Amino acid sequence: MKKQLKRQSNTGKDRPRIMAGYNFAYLDEQTKRMIRRTILKAVAIPGYQVPFGSREMPLPYGWGTGGIQVTASLIGPEDTLKVIDQGADDTTNAVSIRRFFSRTAGVHTTTRTREATIIQTRHRIPETHLRNGQIIVYQVPIPEPLRFIEPRAKEVLRMHALKEYGIMFVKLYEDISRYGRIAKAFDYPVLVNDRYVMSPSPIPKFDNPKMDCMPALQIFGAGREKRIYSVPPYTKVKSLDFEDYPFEVERWSRCCALCGSDNSYLDEIIMDDRGSKLFVCSDTDHCNERVAGGYKGNQAESIEEAQISTGTGARKCA
Amino acid sequence: MYVAVKGGEQAIANAHKLLSEKRRGDQAVPELEISQIKEQLGLSVDRVMTEGSLYDRELAAIAIKQAQGDLVEAIFLLRAYRTTLPRFGFSEPIETSRMEIQRRISSSFKDIPGGQVLGPTYDYTHRLIDFALEIPDNGNSETCRAEVAAEAIQNAMPRVADLLLAEGLIEDEATDNDRRPVADLTRDPLELPAERDARLQNLARGDEGFILSLAYSILRGFGASGHPFLGEIRFGEVTVELVPEELGFPIEVGEVSVTECIMFNRFMGSATTSPKFVRGYGLAFGHCERKAMAMAIIDYALRSRELGERSEYPAQDEEFVLFHSDNIQASGFVEHLKLPHYVDFQADLVLMRNRQGEFRDGKKEGRDERELEDEKAAKEAE
Repeated sequence: MKKQLKRQSNTGKDRPRIMAGYNFAYLDEQTKRMIRRTILKAVAIPGYQVPFGSREMPLPYGWGTGGIQVTASLIGPEDTLKVIDQGADDTTNAVSIRRFFSRTAGVHTTTRTREATIIQTRHRIPETHLRNGQIIVYQVPIPEPLRFIEPRAKEVLRMHALKEYGIMFVKLYEDISRYGRIAKAFDYPVLVNDRYVMSPSPIPKFDNPKMDCMPALQIFGAGREKRIYSVPPYTKVKSLDFEDYPFEVERWSRCCALCGSDNSYLDEIIMDDRGSKLFVCSDTDHCNERVAGGYKGNQAESIEEAQISTGTGARKCA
Repeated sequence: MYVAVKGGEQAIANAHKLLSEKRRGDQAVPELEISQIKEQLGLSVDRVMTEGSLYDRELAAIAIKQAQGDLVEAIFLLRAYRTTLPRFGFSEPIETSRMEIQRRISSSFKDIPGGQVLGPTYDYTHRLIDFALEIPDNGNSETCRAEVAAEAIQNAMPRVADLLLAEGLIEDEATDNDRRPVADLTRDPLELPAERDARLQNLARGDEGFILSLAYSILRGFGASGHPFLGEIRFGEVTVELVPEELGFPIEVGEVSVTECIMFNRFMGSATTSPKFVRGYGLAFGHCERKAMAMAIIDYALRSRELGERSEYPAQDEEFVLFHSDNIQASGFVEHLKLPHYVDFQADLVLMRNRQGEFRDGKKEGRDERELEDEKAAKEAE
């Protein structure tokens, strides 16, 4: 895939060495071509799950084999790869996947969202706005948004074909009538390009609005389930809701203890056995960038507050 | 001070180093040799090759060593390696009726042409731990040397099913090789409804435990209308032939050991089809009788649609069976729960706290009717 993004100079001896005995980025060229054809089809039909001949990868199913195959088929020697899991670059699986590509493709890797040409992610979309020319590759465990309502593949295939999403809306309605809200906190279903209901992968619904009209190309890979789907740049992505129960995202009563950000997704860290908590940005790059830019959170105060109140309420930060 | 749970590269590298140490075990004990695994843990090698979909005893043995004897992990290693292998071509179908027999029995007939050949089997052994095996005797013992029969086993042994075929008592299974290419689940995604070739490949690669238990469920009444009969099980070496494009005729490229099982099942007939026995088929690399038999039982169960029988049990449900049989997919997905999920858990925490808050406030909305009724009943009881 041609990337318009200006690449940093990425040639010569500073690139990591490629593992002997394996093709560039592990997969053979025929397989990559097959996956690229699948991606093209996925881009042409936004939100539609395209079946593909998913291969057995040296990482376990459920640990990102779909994303890895998509990345492997897209990546070139001059790409710069960022891999995140839970928004962080340093979580074990992100480290493992990043290492896989530096070993098998010898590409440059980065933790900076802005520098990456390809971002492979599990469970988050970076807080930093993605640009046109970047590609974000999602790891998807269950690509079928209707799976937990109707487990039969044959049935849901028909529903997608007929754009018959009644069961999904009934499910959402039942949530509201029983719990007063749509009880879906992550993997919140979306409607893509007014046609296909799609799983955004298990990102928190907090991230859903970022998918709408995103300038970057979004590709979703599900290895075990052998499906690839996509949202092309600037495509409408609408989180399902009702007029009287509009879609809402999570809110926190506090800011990041490290960078003071009041609009990022926060992780709750348990500090001790008395239940003290600390809230910090889940997107480590975003947080680091802000800290480097002179923003500060009040760590001590946050710990103290957390001990007093754990409920949700008005934001206490300016 | 805030310290994130960082899984930095160093920690992972250290964990893997520790794993190597554990794998090696006590350095005072001699290290396992691959030839020892190949020769003395042959049935492990066979299972790993079967479910790994790759016939290579050497690689399978290395995988078993690398996986510390965890066979599912070894299968995984073999599968991942298999991905990187180029495909030269497709072999001709193996001809199991020309198998070099090591073992072949039928329980449907007392005697069969070619005879019942027991071969190496655990059947009829008393499962008593043999304490003599505790101390190696350098293979000098007479007890582990079997005598060679004076008369060789005849080479071409007809399949038992073919004997019934002559009488028209069993379905004819005409090969349809010329009509369409054989399915390959390692290249194409599984599509439903699946044809029998795809189902058989799926079952052959499927987890022995899963296939076995499903087969057991059928025998216990969760699926089969009748009792299957073991038409025949045979184990031995078959020749693999390939037709190179430039030659245009088959040449032998090697030999593989396989276990083949054919089960006979009663089919009572329909308006258009005469009553007859139908087959369930099982095939595995090496000596994997339990697997081949279980596979043959499931193969028949999954033919319920084609045979116009009701399918109401899990083992007859191809979507249920075929999507859950693969232990690499299953273990990967079950074990992925070890990966961090804190972002999603955080989202659920927020949701649950809100729900709890509403519950405490006793707001009417956000509570289901049953809760309210329970409350009302509790009040009345007071």
